Amino acid sequence: MAIEDDVLVIGGGLAGATAALAAADAAPDARVRLVTYKQSTLRHASGLIDILGYAPGAPEEGPLVDPFDALEDLPQGHPYERVGSEAVREALAFFDETVGDAYAGDHTDANALVPTHGGTVKPTARYPVAAADGLASDDRDALLVGFETLPDFEAPLAAAHLEAAGAPFSARGVTVPFPGIVRDDAKVTRYAHLLDHDESVATGAGETGAREALATTISERLEGESRVGFPAILGDERADAVRADLADALGVDVFEVPMGPPSLPGMRLEDLLYGALEERGVRVTSGVPVIDFETAEADAVAADGGSGDDRIDRVVVDRNGTEVPHRADQYVLATGGLVGKGVRSERERVFEPIFDCHVPHAEDRYDWFVDDAFGDHPFARFGLAPDRDLRPLDARDDPEFANLRAAGAVLGGYDFAAEKSGAGVSLATGYVAGTRAAEEGE
Amino acid sequence: MATDTEVLVLGGGSTGCGIARDLAMRGLEVTLVERGNLTDGTTGRMHGLLHSGGRYAVSDRASATECIEENEILREIAGHCVEETGGLFVQRPEDSDDYFREKLEGCRDCGIPARVLSGREAREVEPYLAEDVKRAIEVPDGAVDPFRLCVANALDAETHGARIETHAEVVDLLRDGDDVYGVEVRHESGPGKRIHDAAGTTEEITAEYVVNATGAWAGQIGAMADLEIEVRPSKGVMTIMNVRQVDTVINRCRPKGDADIVVPHETTAILGTTDEEVADPDDFPEDQWEVDGMIDTLSELVPILEEARTIRSFWGVRPLYEPPGTGTQDPTDITRDFFLLDHAERDGVSGISSIVGGKFTTYRAMAEEISDHVCEKLGVRASCATAEEPLPGSEDIATLEAGMDDFGLRSPVARRSKQRLGSRASEVLETDAANPVICQCEGVTRAEIRDAIDQSGSDLNAVRIRTRASMGNCQGGFCCQNMANELHPEYDEATVRASLDELFQERWKGQRHALWGEQLSQAMLNYALHATTMNRDRDPANEPTAIDFADFDGGA
Repeated sequence: MAIEDDVLVIGGGLAGATAALAAADAAPDARVRLVTYKQSTLRHASGLIDILGYAPGAPEEGPLVDPFDALEDLPQGHPYERVGSEAVREALAFFDETVGDAYAGDHTDANALVPTHGGTVKPTARYPVAAADGLASDDRDALLVGFETLPDFEAPLAAAHLEAAGAPFSARGVTVPFPGIVRDDAKVTRYAHLLDHDESVATGAGETGAREALATTISERLEGESRVGFPAILGDERADAVRADLADALGVDVFEVPMGPPSLPGMRLEDLLYGALEERGVRVTSGVPVIDFETAEADAVAADGGSGDDRIDRVVVDRNGTEVPHRADQYVLATGGLVGKGVRSERERVFEPIFDCHVPHAEDRYDWFVDDAFGDHPFARFGLAPDRDLRPLDARDDPEFANLRAAGAVLGGYDFAAEKSGAGVSLATGYVAGTRAAEEGE
Repeated sequence: MATDTEVLVLGGGSTGCGIARDLAMRGLEVTLVERGNLTDGTTGRMHGLLHSGGRYAVSDRASATECIEENEILREIAGHCVEETGGLFVQRPEDSDDYFREKLEGCRDCGIPARVLSGREAREVEPYLAEDVKRAIEVPDGAVDPFRLCVANALDAETHGARIETHAEVVDLLRDGDDVYGVEVRHESGPGKRIHDAAGTTEEITAEYVVNATGAWAGQIGAMADLEIEVRPSKGVMTIMNVRQVDTVINRCRPKGDADIVVPHETTAILGTTDEEVADPDDFPEDQWEVDGMIDTLSELVPILEEARTIRSFWGVRPLYEPPGTGTQDPTDITRDFFLLDHAERDGVSGISSIVGGKFTTYRAMAEEISDHVCEKLGVRASCATAEEPLPGSEDIATLEAGMDDFGLRSPVARRSKQRLGSRASEVLETDAANPVICQCEGVTRAEIRDAIDQSGSDLNAVRIRTRASMGNCQGGFCCQNMANELHPEYDEATVRASLDELFQERWKGQRHALWGEQLSQAMLNYALHATTMNRDRDPANEPTAIDFADFDGGA
């Protein structure tokens, strides 16, 4: 017999988790389930929550101070335009409430400029508290610390780059050995684990805790700076305590610079979201792909070619080779974009692999890209085109299924990388799709 | 008249670098100038096949014989650049039995070890061969790293006193009446190593003799001194797969045709190629059908190629030449032999010769012949030693593995490093400093990157060809930034940023022809990491308008 739910969310990234949380919030009695396959792309992501950093089509205008100002002018079909700017604010407020004091930035509508591990700055709406003391608009001088064994962050270069970007403070970088790291290619999670557990490490002065050893290494290099930035490896489960201990020992504020994958800030956000899902009683089934689906009236689908009245009756997930049907009243598709494989391609076509929803794209794959690596790439906009209720539309602009909504990067019509809007779109569309799914299911 | 150098070699490909090494080893004073990086022209754009000669065993037996001789020499003197994969000439049911027999006889007549395998035996060697493959001829084809080999020649030339000047474009030949006595070069702007002159300046370099080894560009150089050199540049596409579907070289056993070879190369396999004459070696169309046609045709031999992940495609230009009056219509019919054009004999202009035609596998023999010619012109009596003296990195290669520890590296990383560095491994990898892996796909550590920077300066593409960093699955998405980090603090922030941008764009260029499936997914991830996480697409340091930081959130 099929597993029965009111709302079934497919995909466990920021959009899927938000959709499931929003559904549980909108209809507290509803049975909400989230099924995920692979690790979410959150571990690739910086952990910053961007709403809109640059106006689409006008990058020369520089970073937007107020992202909400620009929401009204977005082109038709942009996910923000689909859900409306009020929903974006609601979704962000919902996020703020969900993550509590783990994130900062809600005291103002203005974007923050956060230093990145490449040494530039990027506009974002919310940032982990771990990054809060690193803001580039803060004019306190900063010392950046890199580690000899961590080639992703060259602190002296990042400091020089921040100055080239015009940051209103003096930045200096030093590179030091990380106490307790003996392997030259230890994973970033190893650094975090050492600090989380304050493991005993050998130093010139004998055995001491990793936090103290690190602080001692840095204190010798401080030259009056009032804040110190590290690559984002300062603990995982006990990151707040690690940062507080370092700040105490150094007598200065301590912050993290967001990093590339695997990204601890991304993983910490994932943990926060999954904690919230558990609190709200959302059932989570992970490690299983959705491999097939059935509609309520399979014959009718074939006959009318998809009129928008078709309903998904059930999906089939593959659990270690066993096909398990899951039936729900409403479905949310949040499987990600090209990176998360919610949108896939072959030499001749671009497609959505579960429901085969329509993905608008040029026929010739040489029209999918432009010649400049950072140019205006059509592939960056690949994804489903939804109606204002976030139901994916077919080639004739009719909803593919009456009870399917889509959220996050599986949606098309926006270039999250150029706009710096990825997290915001996932939040806003996840929130709207989850809320509507729950309300309609009632 | 005193000259700056005895011999001036134009062109930093395999031929030019081979000539520079040969002459420098004979004790001559040599200067080599190259427009871009070493290997930038044809050498860096080949499929990496070390010919056994089997390919020419029917059509061109002189070339075939020369190939097998040079093949054996390169295994000896350049072991760290060669992988002895072996090769198969594979016959499909529709391919001619007569040709198969001619190929086998040709190989044997030319001294190429050749053995016939049944279809079943061939599939035991290469399990992904098509089920209906009839039989195959096994020959000693190999894979060679053209970057590593070319750079090793240049390094050895330098060791013997040569000046190797990259990023120096010849803008004029210096001619006095009927005598060419040097060139004018422009030192290019850009992040590369500058040994003698600042970017944007020009320099006249005079020489007793000039050797034009610019391959497909030889005609353009000749035109600067009103010399007509009828090279016929012919383009060919190659597509790189992300894994090795085959571990031996797979050739299609038929007379000629596009898309008939798969070469396993390091972590990849390279599909090749097409053959189409072009007017300008710097400007020709790179067409989608060429890539698609190659995948489709080679899938007849190795069916899984149809579904496999490609990581990029690139086009090379052959420096084909045929003596005037031959009138061959089809570029595939033009001989792969090389020609030495003595312009004094041919055109009445002294002081210069041009080298045209030829192929990578026989670069050393070409260099020897040309060097003999130059020595004769200059009245120098010195003999060639390049067939016996190993290249840097290949000395004592047989005893290398036994006598060397792994430098504290994980074993796959150490193995790859040793393959690349050969006998230079100890010198490069023995360090007390932290030596983390910079490029995960290819297992390249900091020590190797820094060694390449020492050799080539801040040009990350020069670092790339020396180390293979950024040439794997992610095509630099994960490691470009880290490679650039290694330039600092030797090079300042602005130089590092420019170098990174240049490498990132170069890596993008070839990927454009592989943008579907897994590689499109990878491209989107790379774009997201560099644009979203690092904001490199809108880097405020590159923007004309300064940000007013005070307008933004400064913290609660």
